[in-house]
Amino acid sequence: MKAFAEMVFILVVVIDFSLLVSSRLKAVIRAAAAQGALLSVLPLLLSSERVEVGHVLALSLGALVVKGVVIPWLLTVAIREARIRREVEPIVGFIPSLILGAVGVALAFALSNGMPLPTPEKHDLLVPTALSTVWTGLLLVVSRRKAVSQVIGFLVLENGVFVFGLLLSDFMPTMVEAGVLLDLVAAVFVMGIVMFDINREFSSLDTEKLSAPKD
Amino acid sequence: MSLVLVLAGIALAASSGLAALVRRRQPQLAQRSACAVLLAGAVLGIAGALLALGQGRAAQIHAGWSAPFASLELRLDGLSALFLLPIFGIPAAGAVYGCSYYPQASHGNHALRLQGFYGLITAAMALLAVAANAMLFLAAWEVMALSGFFLVLTEHEREETRDAAFVYLAAAHIGTLALFALFALLGSRSGSFDFERIARAGLAPGAGIFALMLAGFGLKAGLMPLHFWLPGAHSAAPSHVSAVLSGVLLKAGIYGILRVSGLFPVLPAWWGFAVLAVGAVSAVLGVAFALAQHDLKRLLAYHSVENVGIIAMGVGMAFIGRATGEPALVLLGFGGGVLHVLNHALFKALLFLGAGSVDRACGTREIDLLGGVARVMPITAALFLFGAVAISGLPPLNGFVSEWLVYLASLRALFSTVPLVAWSSLSAPVLALVGGLAAACFAKVVGIVFLGLPRSGRRPAGEASRGMLAPMAALALACAFIGLFPAALLPALKHAAAEWAHVSPSLLEEPARRAASSASRITVAAAILLGLVYGLAAIRRRRAPVTTQSQTWGCGFARPTARMQYTGSSFARMLTLRFGWAFSPRARVELPAGPFPARASYHSQVPDTVLAAALVPASRAAALVASRARRVQHRVQGQALLVGMTLVALLAWRFLFW
Amino acid sequence: MALSLFDLFLALLLAPLLLGVVNRVKSIFAGRRGPPLWQLYADLLRLWRKGVVYSHTTTWVFRAGPLVAVAALLTAALFLPFGGAPAALSFSGDFVLFAYLLGLARFATALAALDTGSSFEGMGAAREVTFASMAEPALFLCLVTLAKATGGLSLTAILGPALPEAWVRFAPALLLAAIALFVVTLAENSRIPVDDPNTHLELTMIHEVMVLDHSGPDFALIQYGTSLKLFLSGALFARVALGFCEREGLLRLALFLGGLAGFATLVGVVESTMARLRLSRVPQLLVGASVLSAFGLVLLLR
Repeated sequence: MKAFAEMVFILVVVIDFSLLVSSRLKAVIRAAAAQGALLSVLPLLLSSERVEVGHVLALSLGALVVKGVVIPWLLTVAIREARIRREVEPIVGFIPSLILGAVGVALAFALSNGMPLPTPEKHDLLVPTALSTVWTGLLLVVSRRKAVSQVIGFLVLENGVFVFGLLLSDFMPTMVEAGVLLDLVAAVFVMGIVMFDINREFSSLDTEKLSAPKD
Repeated sequence: MSLVLVLAGIALAASSGLAALVRRRQPQLAQRSACAVLLAGAVLGIAGALLALGQGRAAQIHAGWSAPFASLELRLDGLSALFLLPIFGIPAAGAVYGCSYYPQASHGNHALRLQGFYGLITAAMALLAVAANAMLFLAAWEVMALSGFFLVLTEHEREETRDAAFVYLAAAHIGTLALFALFALLGSRSGSFDFERIARAGLAPGAGIFALMLAGFGLKAGLMPLHFWLPGAHSAAPSHVSAVLSGVLLKAGIYGILRVSGLFPVLPAWWGFAVLAVGAVSAVLGVAFALAQHDLKRLLAYHSVENVGIIAMGVGMAFIGRATGEPALVLLGFGGGVLHVLNHALFKALLFLGAGSVDRACGTREIDLLGGVARVMPITAALFLFGAVAISGLPPLNGFVSEWLVYLASLRALFSTVPLVAWSSLSAPVLALVGGLAAACFAKVVGIVFLGLPRSGRRPAGEASRGMLAPMAALALACAFIGLFPAALLPALKHAAAEWAHVSPSLLEEPARRAASSASRITVAAAILLGLVYGLAAIRRRRAPVTTQSQTWGCGFARPTARMQYTGSSFARMLTLRFGWAFSPRARVELPAGPFPARASYHSQVPDTVLAAALVPASRAAALVASRARRVQHRVQGQALLVGMTLVALLAWRFLFW
Repeated sequence: MALSLFDLFLALLLAPLLLGVVNRVKSIFAGRRGPPLWQLYADLLRLWRKGVVYSHTTTWVFRAGPLVAVAALLTAALFLPFGGAPAALSFSGDFVLFAYLLGLARFATALAALDTGSSFEGMGAAREVTFASMAEPALFLCLVTLAKATGGLSLTAILGPALPEAWVRFAPALLLAAIALFVVTLAENSRIPVDDPNTHLELTMIHEVMVLDHSGPDFALIQYGTSLKLFLSGALFARVALGFCEREGLLRLALFLGGLAGFATLVGVVESTMARLRLSRVPQLLVGASVLSAFGLVLLLR
């Protein structure tokens, strides 16, 4: 169990890196979906005997559906409506944002040992992975120019908070479910705004779209 | 005995300028006699240093001096001896070179002044290396800095030379100010200004001392961001002066850092991490700036910044080793850093002397205007290529050996018992990046300047004279020796490291033995490499295929010209774009206009970012504020007001705070 | 020692065969029968017998370039352990010498390219040294990760019996290092997605354009050097990737050769299924590889 969980955590961080460096929006959405799907497996791997299995299974399934299917589908619809395929060069640049992300991940892994936590450690890679994912989400929100990428960054941030919340799942299992629900609500809310904004923006850039060559 | 030899060397070097003065009527004889005196002094000095290295004991001389707090306390230990080798060796090579490159017959008073200060700077640096009293140290430091200023100012008719010399003087004096504060602090805390007594007092190393040490010595050594005076000064001076400035003057800063840090019984670990970080930044940004330059000497000056960064990385690892009690780190870091001091002096001097020959023969230092120099100057080209291979850290030459020692230090840190130290092994990939970029930059320099076709029709006048080639060949030989037999200097490095770290040499015995056995395998590998090259060449020559001469394949161009070749700027373009966040480039572009454009031009320049973006605007703002403030002084009432206010302030301070 | 020398000799002999396997895999993907596996040997023999054309522009640097490159690669081969036997020469920190000898080979080839005075060779040399300087930190991060995991400081110690235990204890970090090492291998040997070895268009060449002017025996040396470099990189990668298996004796050699064949097949598959990256994307790939291996190192250091 522990080895599988370790693999999942490491894969989550690797997906963080790929999110920072990729410029194709479809690939970014797929990566975020994969990350969400991976994270939905974690409650099953990390659950202790105190919580009933049905509860945990429902949580995992809920997270998988929301993070792995619903939200990516909404995002795909959004980029199809706005007809954007690629992220332009972000404010910081792809390579600097990758390096910044790497530095943040290194610091998270190096310093998380000394963090005082109120609940016992479920896995020693949990906190660093959560911090790294939050940092990646923050970088995406702050440095990307396209709104869709910023939304994906926000979702990655949510993923990081979800991992953190797993620490509490023994004591407050409803907390984690509430987190997933909040995820869905926030996503739909933000999606709506984004799609509305993009459509509005898009219609004013109509002539520019006509003169730009097909990608 | 060794110290007496060194002192005799110092005296001879200092007086070499006078020898030129005595026989002014016959300039060639005067210059040759000055050169001979300097050479004699250098031979004595190097002999004294080698004797001290062989003896393994420090030599000392005490004498009184009437200056306050000062005494003529001199000490020649392992560290001093190792630094004396390049201090005497490089100026000797440069003096021989200068006889042909800067003849007194054609340059008159300039050459006279140059030789005077050349000898004086050598003597001052050597005195610095053996000084064991803070006041003597500072006196030698000042003489060295001022001599350097006058050397940079040799061709003072040119405005850029005056600007560069002024920036150099300002930076040097800010550094000296920091050093005065540093030694005042040390002296007041320990009660004496003699290094030995300071060391015995067992002071606690604090943040203030570290900041003053890094600022004062870092300004001299050229660590980023205190390097801003380097590119201007090193490119404005004549080439053999640049060789001394780059090869030896910068190392005086490193010597100061090592000497002062050796005065403390224990060092905190964060000193090591700070020096390592500063060194890494200097190394990476130094070589990035070098890639963007197309003036040959400015490029070489930035490479000095890079190499000082590598030395600082080694020194930082040694600090970490001292703090955590790991003898392997101390030996490898110190050994790598000090060996790189010697190696860099050798190959940087070689490169600067070669650049001087090219400048002399072609009349320009612009890389993008040169090309094909190797056809007319084959020996200079071969020696410059030798230096380029050495500075890129490629085997089998000496640059690889010292970089390998620093690599080994960061690799040993991987297995340290202290967890924080293991993170310092991330300096190994940084060093790899620096090495790759340096190789790229020198592939550019050698390829664009010496190979291919002349890009602007400028052909060199002819091969450099034997007087210019001989010192280059001697330096190249020294590079090859250290590269092929790295184990030769390891015992001396071990001894100096033990003395510096206040540990007994037996503690460093084990890592030194392992390093020596690895070094001997490097010798074997180098021998195999050279043997394979020779063997393959023999096989190839025996094959003796039918040889035809033809044009270079033009890839379909109807009329390829020499101007179509890659220039230095285009070669380095992808890398300079990658580091564009650090530069503030200026470009003057004249685009082709109309259907049949008559002319177009592109002129780009990458000034030093610290100077152009920070210091010059700051000093301009300060000058503006000062000129506004000076208006108060234009009237008598204003001056009286100032005097009165100062008096009131002093009285208030006296009565309120005492 | 005798076994090491025999393995080394075998490696030097088999290097062109590896390139043959890569080309055969690519042909199968393209639906062709493809050239025979020993095609490169025939090419080398043919080139060795041909005459040579030199340009008026070139100097001795052009003639020395291939010699220095092959000599450096042969010296580097001394430090790599093949087929389970220890390397012919080893000392602590020898992978630094290994990497820098590859750098010397690249330096010599780049200078020979600039010697021709053609803008094409200059372009190739510029691209090659740029991407190489970005691949070096990635390579060193992989090697440092391996050193930390196995506790050894020489290639023989890293790739020796300590590797299987390291795989058991630190599988994720070593997996990341192996992936990064594969990317670095593709970059250093100028394979897709960094460079296309088949094309001769200016837009797409890096390594091929550097050696455009060489002919006859010089070109034979260059081709052999290329195949040897691929063999060395492949041997390193194969040992790292298959390090979790531990066999004895003749089975070790078979495993080694099998691993190499697998590596060649993997390179062929990558070349057939992916397209070359835009030149501006190659730094992102290399920095990504560095970040992956740095993450592996961070996992080991915490």
